[in-house]
Formats: sequence, C-alpha cells, structure tokens
Amino acid sequence: MIATAQAYAAAWGARFRASLQYRAAALAGMATQLFWGLMRIMVLAAFYRSTTAPQPMSVEQMVGYVWLGQALLMMQPWYIDREILEEVASGQVAYQLLRPLDLHAHWVCRDMANRASAVLLRAVPLCIVAGIFFGLEAPPSVGAAAAFLLTTLLALVVASTLAAVVAVTTMWTISSLGVRQMVGTVAMMFSGVVVPLAFFPAWSQPIVANLPFALMMDVPGRFYTGALPLAALPLELARGAVWILVLTLLGRGLLARAQRRLVIQGG
Amino acid sequence: MRDTLALIGHYYRASIRGQMQYKASLLLLTLAHLLATGIDLLGLAVLFAHFGQLRGWTLAEVAIFYGITNAAFSLADAVGTGFDRFGTLVKSGRFDRLLLRPRSTALQLAAQELTLRRSGRLLQALVALVAGTVWLGLRWTPLKLALGATAVMGAACVFVGLLVVQATLAFWTTESLEVMNTMTYGGVQAMQYPVTIYDGWFRKVFTYMVPLALTCYYPVLAILERADPLGGPPWLGWLSPLVGPLSCAGALLLWRLGERHYASTGS
Amino acid sequence: MPQIHVRNLSRTFRVAERDPGAWGAVKGLFRRRYRTVRALNAVSFDIAEGELVGYIGPNGAGKSTTVKILSGILVPTSGECRVLGLVPWQQRTQLVRQLGVVFGQRTQLWWDLPVIESFDLLRRIYRVPQPAYHTMRDRMVDLLDLAPLLDTPVRQLSLGQRMRCDLAAALLHQPRILYLDEPTIGLDAVSKLAVRAFVQELVREQGVTVILTTHDMDDIEALCQRVVLINRGQILIDGTLDDLRHQVQATRRVIVELAQPGLTVEDADATVVSQTDSRVELAYDPQRVAAADLVARLCARYPVRDLTIENEPIERVVARLYSQEGRAAAGGAP
Repeated sequence: MIATAQAYAAAWGARFRASLQYRAAALAGMATQLFWGLMRIMVLAAFYRSTTAPQPMSVEQMVGYVWLGQALLMMQPWYIDREILEEVASGQVAYQLLRPLDLHAHWVCRDMANRASAVLLRAVPLCIVAGIFFGLEAPPSVGAAAAFLLTTLLALVVASTLAAVVAVTTMWTISSLGVRQMVGTVAMMFSGVVVPLAFFPAWSQPIVANLPFALMMDVPGRFYTGALPLAALPLELARGAVWILVLTLLGRGLLARAQRRLVIQGG
Repeated sequence: MRDTLALIGHYYRASIRGQMQYKASLLLLTLAHLLATGIDLLGLAVLFAHFGQLRGWTLAEVAIFYGITNAAFSLADAVGTGFDRFGTLVKSGRFDRLLLRPRSTALQLAAQELTLRRSGRLLQALVALVAGTVWLGLRWTPLKLALGATAVMGAACVFVGLLVVQATLAFWTTESLEVMNTMTYGGVQAMQYPVTIYDGWFRKVFTYMVPLALTCYYPVLAILERADPLGGPPWLGWLSPLVGPLSCAGALLLWRLGERHYASTGS
Repeated sequence: MPQIHVRNLSRTFRVAERDPGAWGAVKGLFRRRYRTVRALNAVSFDIAEGELVGYIGPNGAGKSTTVKILSGILVPTSGECRVLGLVPWQQRTQLVRQLGVVFGQRTQLWWDLPVIESFDLLRRIYRVPQPAYHTMRDRMVDLLDLAPLLDTPVRQLSLGQRMRCDLAAALLHQPRILYLDEPTIGLDAVSKLAVRAFVQELVREQGVTVILTTHDMDDIEALCQRVVLINRGQILIDGTLDDLRHQVQATRRVIVELAQPGLTVEDADATVVSQTDSRVELAYDPQRVAAADLVARLCARYPVRDLTIENEPIERVVARLYSQEGRAAAGGAP
C-alpha cells in the first residue's frame, strides 16, 4: 500500500518535471484556455445584456462558473490515460486480464492519479491568473469553499470510474476514437462546459441534474460561486455516491465479461 | 497549374479509397464528429431558448452566421490534416522525404489527405443554414448564393492560412502549437456569432490580424440584407474572394521562411 | 568537373543542454544552455559519374549529415559543394529531380495503397512522361521481380519485398544519382543478394552514380571499389578496400586442415591464432611473406589435407580503424 503510494508519488513527480520541461507548451495551454474562457464569458455577457429578466446566476457567478469550467477541464472523460487505451488497442490487456490482478481498480487508481495531477497542474495557475485579471472571485463563504473541494473530489472519482467504463467498451468497438468522442461530447454538453446548466430549459433540469456529468463540473462550479446553497450538498454527495457505485459495477461487470470471453476463446 | 490540380485530385482519390477501406469506422467517426461540432449549434439553441435574442439578433439570423463559418472551416479542416500532423512529421524526420521531391512541401501536405470524417461538421453547418433559411423565409437569389459561396471559399482560405501558420511553428518549436488553436478553433467559435456582440479589441483581432470578420461577418450581413450596426459600408461583403487568397499567400510566405530555418538548423 | 564535388565542407549543430533533476527543470524554464557539435569538419571528396562509392563510419560519424547536404536538405556551415553543377541547398527542387534516395528503415511508398498506385503517384510528382515511365517501370518490375507484388498494399509486404519496391520507386524518374542508406538492413540472405545484384547492374548498365551508406561490410565488399571512411566528421580514408587493409596492417589468415590431429604447427612468418584438433588457423602479414611461399612451406612440413586463405574480416579492419582514430584522438600511440 505504501509502496503503491510511493510509486504514484514518484510518477507524479516525474510527470511534474516533464511538464516543466515543456515550458512553452504549459504556457501555451494556459493561454489557450484563457482565450476560450474569455470568449465564452463575452458571449454569455452579450446574452445577459440582451434582456432585463432576472437570471438564475448573476454575472459574477457566471464568470466564476466559466473559469471553473476551464480549470476543471481535465475532469472530462475525453481525457483518458493514453497508456490504458494503448493496452486495450494493442491487445496487451488480454495478458493483464489473465493475471491475478484487479485490473479495474488498477485502472481507476491510475486514472485518478493522472487526472488529479493534470487538473492541478492546469487549474492552479489558471485560477490565479483569472483571479487577478479576469474576474474570478473567491468563494462567498468557507462553507462554499469546503463544498467545492468535496464535490471536486467526488468529481474526480466519478470521472475516473466513467473513464474506466469507456476504456472497457473500447475493447468491443471498431474505433475507440469514435466512442470516446461521443462520450466526451455528451459529457461536455451535460456538465455545463458548453452552456451553463442553469440556462437549460426548465423541463430538462431534473434530468440533467441527475446525470453523472453534472457532477463533473457543474456541481463543484455552482458550489464555488455560491449558485448552489450549502443545503444542497448532501443531495449532491448522495447522487455522487450512487453514480460511483453504478459506474464501478458497470465497469467491473463489463471487464469480467471480457475476461470470460478471453478464457472461452482460449486466451 | 493544371498538372498540379491533377496531382492533388489524384492524391485525394487515393486518400478517399484508403479511407473507404474502413467504412464502418468512417461512419462512426463522421457521426462522432457531427455530434462533437453539433453541440455548439445545440448550445446556441439552448441559449436563445432561454434569453430570446442576442443584442438584436435572432436565432435564425445567427444560424446563418453559424452555417457559413462552419461550412468554411470544415473545408479547410478536411484538407488540413497534413498540416495537423506536421509536428510529428518533423520530429520523426519524415519531412526530409517531402523535401527530396521536386514539389512544394506545402502542396504535398495539403494534398496528403482529404479527411472524410470531418464532413460531420459540414453536415451540421448545412442543418444550421437550412434551419435559418426556413425560419427567416430567406430567398437565396443568385447574388446571395454568390455572396455565400465566396464567403465560404474566402473564409476557408483564411482558415487554411491559419492551419499553415500553426504548422509552420513546428519548424521552430514542437511544443507550443496548441496556442494557435485559439485562432483556428477559436476563430470558428467566435465567428459563429455576429462580431457586433464582442468587445472592440476582440473584433479588431478578428478583422485586422486574422481577417475572418471580412469573410464571415460582412458577406452574411449582406445576405441578411441588414445594415451594419458598426457602420461599415455594404461593399465590404464582397472582399472575401480577395482577402482569403491573400491571407493564404501570406501564410505560405511564412512557411517558406520556416523551411529555410529548417535547412539551416537541421532536424 | 566531377559530378559530385565537395570541398572543405563543415557543419556544426547547437544542441540544448539541461541540468538533470527537478531544479534543472525549473532552471530550464528561464535559461537554456547550448553546446556545439561538429558534425562535419572540412570534408572533401569528388565523385565521378557512374562511380559506386561506399560511405562508411560509425553511428554519428557524419554520414547522414553529408547526404543531407548533398541533397539540399541541409545548409552547411562553411565549405563548397556542387552536385551536377548545382548548389544543392540553393537549387533543391532542380536537383532532386535527378536524385533518387532510398532509406532502408523508412519506406517512401504510401502505406495503404497498392504498390502500383504508389508508383503512379510518384510518376505524377516527378512529372515523368508516360512512355518513359512505362518503360522504366516495366524494367524495374522485371529486374526486381515485382510483378506478383504490384497490387498488394505496401503495409502487407515483407521487408525484403518492400525494399525491392522502394528501390524501383526511387528509380522511376531515372535519376542520375542514387543515395542508398542501409538498403539491406534486416533483409534475408536472398533479398540481400537480389539488392546487390540489382545495384551492380544499375551502375554497370545505366551508369547511375551510387553512394551507399551501410554498416553491412558484406555489401561493401561485394559492391564497392571505392570506400570513403568517415569518423567524427572527418574523412579518414578515401580509397579501395585494400587501402583500408593496408592502413591497419591487416593480416591474412591461412586455415589448414591436417590429416592428423594433435600436431603442433609453427612457422617463422606466421602466428597461430587458434588450433582445434586438426584445424589450425594462422595469421600472417602479406607484406612480409607471399602466400605462395607460406603455403608451400606448410604443405612441405605438415600433412595438409585442405587449406583456405582469407582476408581479415573487413568488419574487424574497420573497427580497428575506428578505434585507431579514437586512440590517436586521445593522444595514445596508434
């Protein structure tokens, strides 16, 4: 257990050093995301100015929400560990399935470590810059900040278990790129990155709120900006727990099926 | 000139044949691409459903802007795959092979592949155009068709120029190419809306630095027979056939510079 | 004017350096250090039309740098170079029309297309008129036995088959000069022989100038009259294989099969290298004693049943040259 933790720490350190090496890429990535955030904010602000009706989110909250969407971009299931995908594509996964290794847990842990480091590496500098120059405000209360951190952690687990499911399904599909793109598209839309979920039509709100995608960005974003009251925290945590359970069972079930198929086919 | 066109045609025919070998995968990927690009259209619809109008523009009108811009980019994207992959080509040393042929390397890259799956973006662009036409009761007179066609062609040229510039960066550094996405994908996103909704500095960037406004905004303004809220003269709508090729030519000059740099420093 | 003229060609590179470790990575964010590498150091040679030259040297010696400059892909730091009367990096498009290049490890054919379609695409790229193309293509197909492969996608070909196709592809536009970079690497014996035979035929019949870069010394021995050896950016030897042998004072071997095992074999002019049962291997200096004399003496003194004379393997000769140069560079006695 300690050895695993040490291994992940070492891997994280190496990844950190590697990303420092690509200094231009790191800066460029952030510049790109700043641009995207600004553009989204500009468009939404223009919409805000087109009406006098009261909005579900204030302008400041909208700005914070958009920046958090950029900061948490790596939570999207579109970002899957390339190694895992390669293992599936190359067929190496067959060997791993035949070993007494809990592959699903292994994948989820690996994905969580990668995703966490990727998010942190991008989110921290981005939020600092957005905070200083582009209108990102601090959470309205300590409670809001705590709720944000909790739900971000939740988002991490949801995202990783979802990514594991996607990874398993690539074993059956003709093109892993197509599946990943479609899941990624759906996730982007329903996590609030394209349009804040608050603006979705009223009839769709109950559906959207119960999808796992909302947990990946919308929920942490709304807690951070105060658009969601603290009272909503237990409900969101419960939703998160349910989805983690469902996705874990789905992932393990599919993987077990794949394992059985391999054994039958003679490995 | 004729034999160059014949060469490109031959390249594309071979590329299409190659892609048709994997029909099922192609279909899936095209669908995935359609969805991935289509969520912007969906997002548009959601926002208009909520806000009603955007600084005096209706959804139907914005749909025309959206359709023209996306159609143009899909064309550029389809021929731009060679430039997308240029970074890896340089790193692997395979660019030398292109230099060993008595043809322009930019031509070889543009001709390399006609990526069929990117027609997904074109399909949803057409959906937008049809929807806008129907909602507005827009009559496409020969004049307007000409405006539309030149707008698409001109904007496509500007986008191709951007893709070339993005690839040219790989001559100097293989790291920070992502920034250029703000101009290409950012440009598509930005031009989906009439530029009047943006702040002055943003409009200036996309008029003078990257002349997309001249190819996407003004022609559509003329098609919609609306006066320019910014006070520009109507003949601006006809500049597209000039602006497009000019900016593309400028990009190619930069490319030549990059080639010279490559020869002086070695891979 | 020789077809390929190189005089005092030099090329240096700047390579970025980074301190190791995490602190080094952070430092690297702010300042980059560079060191200069001398890939070529005043290289000079001339190659006449129709020559078949072997260009050998250890990895990193400067071989590919030379070929890149000769093809116009790379600009030298200093020096003079003319190929077919043209300055390569200034008149690249003109030059490459008459150049063929084959890389052993990378194909220039299109992966998903049948071979014949790759050929056709190349015809258009090089603007070869149809009749000339057909003649050349049919000749290549004939010489390299490509008929059964023409409709196969390149990705389905074996390495040997692909190499033959790449050779044909490089010649479709009838270039006057051909650069071959490791053409026989990874090939089976049959394919290697086919490639060698083809290259010989090419030089003999068509008068194509060929520069062959390779680590395979069998290739060199089979094909090249002239060998240019480069190491650390400098040309050490430009001459025949015998010149190479002479330079290292290469010995020859006599391998003797005795009718009786267990005999001790000695000779004043030869040293015993190995002896197993009835097989004795002796080394001698061909400058000091003629083979005929040595053989006569051995046959007179011992019951010789069979006898072979061999040159020192050229691989060993070359390796000794590399290390000789290394020792000289380090200041030791050669």
